[in-house]
Amino acid sequence: MRVALFVTCLVDMMRPRIGFAVIRLLEAAGCEVIVPDSQTCCGQPAFNSGDRASAAMLAKKVIAEFEGYEYVVAPSGSCADQIRNEYPGLFADDPEWHGRAVALASRVHELTDFLVNVARVDKLPGNFCGSITYHDSCAGLRSLGIKRQPRQLLAKLPGVELKEMPGAEECCGFGGTFSVKFGDVSAAIAERKCANACTTGADAIVGGDLGCLLNIEGKLRRMGDETTRVLHVAEVLAGDD
Amino acid sequence: MQIRSMFFKANAASALANPVLQGNMRMSKGKFVDKRRTAITDFQAEGGDFEALREAGAELRNRVLNDLDLWLERFESAAIATGATVLWAKDGAEVCRHVVDIARRHGVKKAAKSKSMLSEEAGLNQALEAAGIQPVETDLGEYILQINDNEPPSHIIAPVVHKGLDEVADLFARVHKTPRKTEIPELTREAREVLRQHFLDADMGISGGNFLVAETGSVALVTNEGNGRMVTTLPRVHVVVTGIEKVTPTLEDLSLLLRLLIRSATGQSISNYVSLLTGIKQPEEHDGPEHLYFVLVDNGRADVVASEFQDMLRCIRCGACMNHCPVYQTIGGHAYGWVYPGPMGSVLTPLYMGLDKAIDLPHAATLCNQCGVVCPVKIPLPELLRKLREKQVEKGLRPLMERLTLKAWAWVACRPKLYAVGTRFGVRYLSWLAGGRDRIGALGIAPGWTDGRDFPAPQGKTFREMHAARQR
Repeated sequence: MRVALFVTCLVDMMRPRIGFAVIRLLEAAGCEVIVPDSQTCCGQPAFNSGDRASAAMLAKKVIAEFEGYEYVVAPSGSCADQIRNEYPGLFADDPEWHGRAVALASRVHELTDFLVNVARVDKLPGNFCGSITYHDSCAGLRSLGIKRQPRQLLAKLPGVELKEMPGAEECCGFGGTFSVKFGDVSAAIAERKCANACTTGADAIVGGDLGCLLNIEGKLRRMGDETTRVLHVAEVLAGDD
Repeated sequence: MQIRSMFFKANAASALANPVLQGNMRMSKGKFVDKRRTAITDFQAEGGDFEALREAGAELRNRVLNDLDLWLERFESAAIATGATVLWAKDGAEVCRHVVDIARRHGVKKAAKSKSMLSEEAGLNQALEAAGIQPVETDLGEYILQINDNEPPSHIIAPVVHKGLDEVADLFARVHKTPRKTEIPELTREAREVLRQHFLDADMGISGGNFLVAETGSVALVTNEGNGRMVTTLPRVHVVVTGIEKVTPTLEDLSLLLRLLIRSATGQSISNYVSLLTGIKQPEEHDGPEHLYFVLVDNGRADVVASEFQDMLRCIRCGACMNHCPVYQTIGGHAYGWVYPGPMGSVLTPLYMGLDKAIDLPHAATLCNQCGVVCPVKIPLPELLRKLREKQVEKGLRPLMERLTLKAWAWVACRPKLYAVGTRFGVRYLSWLAGGRDRIGALGIAPGWTDGRDFPAPQGKTFREMHAARQR
């Protein structure tokens, strides 16, 4: 299986190791991984800020870069949702691009969904040892139905103990540009998320979207928690480089 | 009601800085959410299919809105046939004029009101007072707010959800001049005793209307306190003030909407009272008003019909979207600055009052879609909020710096080589700021982030450059 990795702009800038973890996971699942090197961003910041023209411009770029691949995998529910569910609507008045957007949409997968439902992995390279609480990111959960996929995968690691937090499906307060525009409200929501996560006493808070994870980690540290690790699910599943 | 939505950021900041409000919001947060979840679990356990119900509810509301004029005409003629008078109001001012005229015509000195958000839109209480007519709110929550110097409601079905027991106890002792009570049953009894005389004295009852039934010319009221029944049956005159979008074709349709509304709102299978009021008191009847008026209000609704925002008019005012909203849960309803708070308010306020009057509201959401998945009539609230953001951009209402930054960023992001240079520089700058630590405590370019939390430091290089290096 040839899989193109859409690494996402946040992973590119903030946590390259997540990108490499995804490559290890996909290769362990028997995939040939291609990383189109001209990729930048899916355009979601523009789309969610109401700048439809910029969003469409970036969408065209992503479509052109990735439409040649049978599968596209992103370590983010939010970016995968953007390509799968929002790109076609951006080209409602442009039959050619609409068709290309639709053709790409169904081939784009969030990482854990791809591993469970497409690659049907059995063995994972990870060797994480400790307890984990899983934060369900909003777009993945409510738009792509990502809920049991990461849990099924984590359950395959013998060293992992999953401890569900109250309100696991509640938003962490990130919301992209919301986190900066309404920083005080965003941080207050993050505080609730962190408090909920901490009630489990888990060693690590794990999720599938780096935006949420940066928000949660930033709030945890500001609250004085120096020990709870905040990890992308790919890092846990893939183990050390 | 005076709109204060342009001060959203300041309102939100003061809500966050108010420890009493924060405590009250924490207390109430789980209640509505848990009750709704239980109600739907029970419904499913009894063999119901809530998703199918939501689908049917959305379809029904769409059907009505697609032919709204026809259903309104049908309602009007049915209502007239029952002896009611149907009046139309273009805006809040016309609502006030109609109601004051009716009051004067019937020599009304006191009007008992049951809950109506539309009367908040119109500022009806102030207009009645100015005309020398005393409005008395009889919904317990609304009553508490009225005696607290006409404080606005902070929630569409639980108007006083932002207050705690202590505040109400203090308020009652001060206003009623009675010994301070601390038990809820004592406080409600005290309110009932005060309200009883108002019910008996009132010459006019003013209610909202949860739904209007076109086939029978009836209004349906969904309440839990029973005050709605007193308001609509005791006084000589009953005035229903409601929005034009509330019409529903048949009683059968009403039953569908009631099943959706009540479970979504309070988590009950049915509310304590569901009143279906049809026409004036007949000679053989013992109670009911001698005069019944419907004031059907546009106030911005007609412009939304057939627009790209028509889905919003499906709203049946359950409040589930705000109950489940992380932003509402954090700051409460007053911060939104007008009648309707939370996600539905952030769509309705700019649509009814003007995009430029509520610049922040469409952005005051994480787009988590918790609202969308609980909405009983499947309104795609995040999508509507996003469309409003697009309208703001189209009309040049966003700050210039924001628009330019987005354009510049998108332009660079379409040029991979330039983007690579920019991001390499960016992550090195951030790493330098972190100074070897794993976090940045204060970020000059995004103080909104670091005022309330740290910014985790980047790893040091971009994925693209590291990957390219590994390939070599």
